[in-house]
Amino acid sequence: MEWEIVIGLEIHVQLSTQSKLFSGASTRFGAEPNTQACAVDLAMPGTLPVPNEEAFRYAVMFGLAMNAEIGKRSIFERKNYFYPDLPKGYQTTQLEQPIVGPGEVEIHLEGGSHKKIRLHHAHLEEDAGKSLHEDFQSMSGIDLNRAGTPLIEIVSEPDMRSAVEAVAFLKKIHSIVTYLGISDGDMSQGSLRCDANVSVRVKGTDKLGTRTELKNINSFRFVERAIKVEAERQIDILENGGSITQETRLYDADKNETRSMRSKEVANDYRYFPCPDLLPVSLTDDYIEQLRGTLPELPDTKALRFQSEYQLSVYDADQVTQERASADFFEAVCKSCGEPKLTANWINGELAALLNRQGITIHQSPVSAEQLAGLISRIKDNTISSKTAKQVFEAIADGAGNADEVIEKRGLKQVSDTSAIEKMVDDVIAASPTQVENYRKADESKRPKMMGYFVGQIMKSSKGQANPQMINNMLRKKLGELL
Amino acid sequence: MAVDTQTVEKLAELARIAISKQTIEEVSNRLGDVLQLVDQLQAVNTDGIAPMAHPLDEIQVLRADKITESNNRKDFLELAPQTEDGLYLVPKVID
Repeated sequence: MEWEIVIGLEIHVQLSTQSKLFSGASTRFGAEPNTQACAVDLAMPGTLPVPNEEAFRYAVMFGLAMNAEIGKRSIFERKNYFYPDLPKGYQTTQLEQPIVGPGEVEIHLEGGSHKKIRLHHAHLEEDAGKSLHEDFQSMSGIDLNRAGTPLIEIVSEPDMRSAVEAVAFLKKIHSIVTYLGISDGDMSQGSLRCDANVSVRVKGTDKLGTRTELKNINSFRFVERAIKVEAERQIDILENGGSITQETRLYDADKNETRSMRSKEVANDYRYFPCPDLLPVSLTDDYIEQLRGTLPELPDTKALRFQSEYQLSVYDADQVTQERASADFFEAVCKSCGEPKLTANWINGELAALLNRQGITIHQSPVSAEQLAGLISRIKDNTISSKTAKQVFEAIADGAGNADEVIEKRGLKQVSDTSAIEKMVDDVIAASPTQVENYRKADESKRPKMMGYFVGQIMKSSKGQANPQMINNMLRKKLGELL
Repeated sequence: MAVDTQTVEKLAELARIAISKQTIEEVSNRLGDVLQLVDQLQAVNTDGIAPMAHPLDEIQVLRADKITESNNRKDFLELAPQTEDGLYLVPKVID
């Protein structure tokens, strides 16, 4: 039987405001425990929330970027439950009238195909604190610094049909919020967190299967693996005549499996009701339109522009525009060297690999845009071959200076002098009588392949510094004369 | 509307309120009395009237995104029954 996986995502994005959603306490990450939890965050009696206007601005910007309806009147509800990292006993969130209504966004898949994923809604809410279970015997430690940090929870429709599509959607959301500058999107610090609703059904049927909710899968890689392994588990149960229990499951990355979260077996009853401490928030059309005017160029638009302005392929344009920082880097390099295709190749290839190896972002790149442009210019004017360029790139990354300095210091300059090339070709022909004889006798169709031997010899004796294009041309000419 | 004792027990659990066996009957009756008032409100015809989000017909005032609170951890920790390394300690909770 052929199965179809159905996935919807709930993504929590921490907004990068200075202060909290309802208090003036700092939201800075990494502070000493409880030094950024004020009386409002701690739910001290008599305190009242006052909403942060910047959080609304950010939420509206996100909604506009998702082509979504903006809730001109949005209200807050209380979601009631008890947990020690939630001092008030309720989370202030939005249910009936969220700030961002239905919208849609396009995801880009391999092979250049696109797919629209619908947004159900996105709402503003406050984050909870953190519980630390490890270091205290029979006790849990509570740090409330994060309590009250503004979040938008982004809820998709169940429009994704594979783990790959889910990751593409998550990456798109990541890309949009970082382009807008409304979140740092750092998954390792919990600035962007993802839950996935996963179900399976027989392909071709319409009815949704029973879903499970996978909690806190906090890297792009884990999202893909967790969804795959959960779908396999569900298919396995159904194929053996069982049924799926609707429940919350936790992904264990070490064992690559999902398991039931027992404490959540009691069905939650959050008893939502409108928060009496907060009045409805009203946004005017003028305000929304003014914000629309401030939106930066977003990834999709930028990718299209890169295709037309720089003649990049769809793939290259998508890759290089996924992060705003790498798109800016691309444009800086391009402006200086005038070689878009080479620039895209280097950013998506060697540079991406280098950043990945060192676990850093393009902001921290050890090779600056100017240095990369310098290197590409030397490939362009045939000072070095592409192969040598990789060596030069590594040297620049290690702090050996710019491309010209490295080429000069290490004597890597490509030999492009016609007489020098001619001498190399003459030498190799003189030194290889057997190969020359074989070449002469060989069928014409086999000759291009046989030329590889001579090229190889010359590259070896010139330590890779001979211009390969010139070698090829000269060889063809000289060998041709011997026929 | 009467409230059965099972519902009262469930609500008490959700609200983390202890209600003794002796008083549960009385609590059920009193809750039932309150809900009778609610029933009277429910009987009013509200067709075509948008529900209010708040008893006051006002709009929320927002504040600028500024850090106005300083670190008062010491004072707050003193109010807690048990603390360690700047953390509040609570009976162990595990997901």
